[in-house]
Amino acid sequence: MNEQATTAANADDALMVEMRGLNKWFGDFHVLREIYLEVERGERIVICGPSGSGKSTLIRCINHLEEFQKGDLSVGGLPMTQDVKRIEQIRRRVGMVFQHFNLFPHLTVLENCCLSPIWVQKKPRKEAEAQAMNYLERVQIAEQALKYPGQLSGGQQQRVAIARSLCMHPEVMLFDEPTSALDPEMIKEVLDVMVELAHEGMTMLCVTHEMGFAKTVADRVIFMDQGQIIEENAPEAFFNDPQSERTQLFLSQILGH
Amino acid sequence: MNVLDVDYMVGLVPVLIRYLPLTLAMAVAGMALALVLACGLAVIRVLRIPGLNGATLLFISFFRGTPLLVQLFLFYYGLPQVLAFLTQINGVTATIMGLTLHFSAYMAESIRAAIVGVDRSQTEAALSIGMTNGQLMRRIVLPQATRVAVPTLMNYFIDMIKATSLAFTLGVTELMGATQKEAAGSFLYFEAFITVAIIYWLIVEGLAWFQRRLETRLNEAYRR
Repeated sequence: MNEQATTAANADDALMVEMRGLNKWFGDFHVLREIYLEVERGERIVICGPSGSGKSTLIRCINHLEEFQKGDLSVGGLPMTQDVKRIEQIRRRVGMVFQHFNLFPHLTVLENCCLSPIWVQKKPRKEAEAQAMNYLERVQIAEQALKYPGQLSGGQQQRVAIARSLCMHPEVMLFDEPTSALDPEMIKEVLDVMVELAHEGMTMLCVTHEMGFAKTVADRVIFMDQGQIIEENAPEAFFNDPQSERTQLFLSQILGH
Repeated sequence: MNVLDVDYMVGLVPVLIRYLPLTLAMAVAGMALALVLACGLAVIRVLRIPGLNGATLLFISFFRGTPLLVQLFLFYYGLPQVLAFLTQINGVTATIMGLTLHFSAYMAESIRAAIVGVDRSQTEAALSIGMTNGQLMRRIVLPQATRVAVPTLMNYFIDMIKATSLAFTLGVTELMGATQKEAAGSFLYFEAFITVAIIYWLIVEGLAWFQRRLETRLNEAYRR
């Protein structure tokens, strides 16, 4: 009841993700410094930056895989707290795709996709399976539904991981370097799925170095370095006319060869 | 050297086999109870539950640090002198109790290692799809830990089956006790003990066959 009321009140006007003065430390190491970020519903954001710049940590705060120590974060109008129920409530709205897929190796592709619908959303098994097959079809891997993750290629596994997330009907999807662990010939099949998802209007935050993807679908590109957002702009302006020196250096390094 | 009395050995088998159910019952009961206890101890160690963690460490240290035979004598002969309500304890109960406590101490550590060995990324993936801590333990971590722990746990089960022979020292007539009695009557000690040795060996071999099948099943998802 309470949850529904909150959702209804905030559903349309609230920002999908809002960060106000977020700070995080790993011991003495200041990983995130005063992050302000607003993501509208349906916005596609690409986050890039050198390794160790805090970009993965940033998106992992959104579903509380990382804790932050200072500042405010809300997802679809729901403020993040330390309350376990609230954390679970937010996680159900946020899908995540990991660099190393993180599929459950002891379960089939179909079972991977049905876990959350059956155990978290309490759907009947039949309904969950039908819906999972539907998503597996959309990522073009339905014929592998009864195989185990270990029997699939990296690209196939990552597409299953995307389907697994979609099965819980997330309002926003986080991608944490989804193509970095893939062989070059498999990157495209995963990017194609992500582009399609973007065209369907999914709110997306992608940590990636695939600049082609950024140019095609991103509404905004964010550049991070040493735990700070250095620059953010529409892709055109970001790539053609980077403002800060560090952004220019970074772009010349990743685009220059 | 006398020739081996094969006829005596063959005739002894059906006599001894009658005591096999008791041996197996003690082993199965001990294993079942030890598994439950060991899982509890392992979870306490993994989650470092305050207070219980220290008690668990002490428990494991004692039951791993002293001989099983000493523990059995302690339960059967010693405890009833201090705890009046235990005067009724019989040899079978004392054996099952000893096996449970002794082997749970070992098994807790291998179960703990198996749980800790499940990659953190599996937990993160489960959390990201909205699962609770209980659900991710039950659906993700424990099934994967089981596959790792089974070979070691089966090893302890094999060891436990053989350890039931110590019940003989508490006056229980199980496989070993029966053999001792038969041998004392016939004076054919070599024949009697080689026969019982073969019986134990065959039980363990049967179990090893079962273990191979179980492992094949648990590894099904990991075949390429």
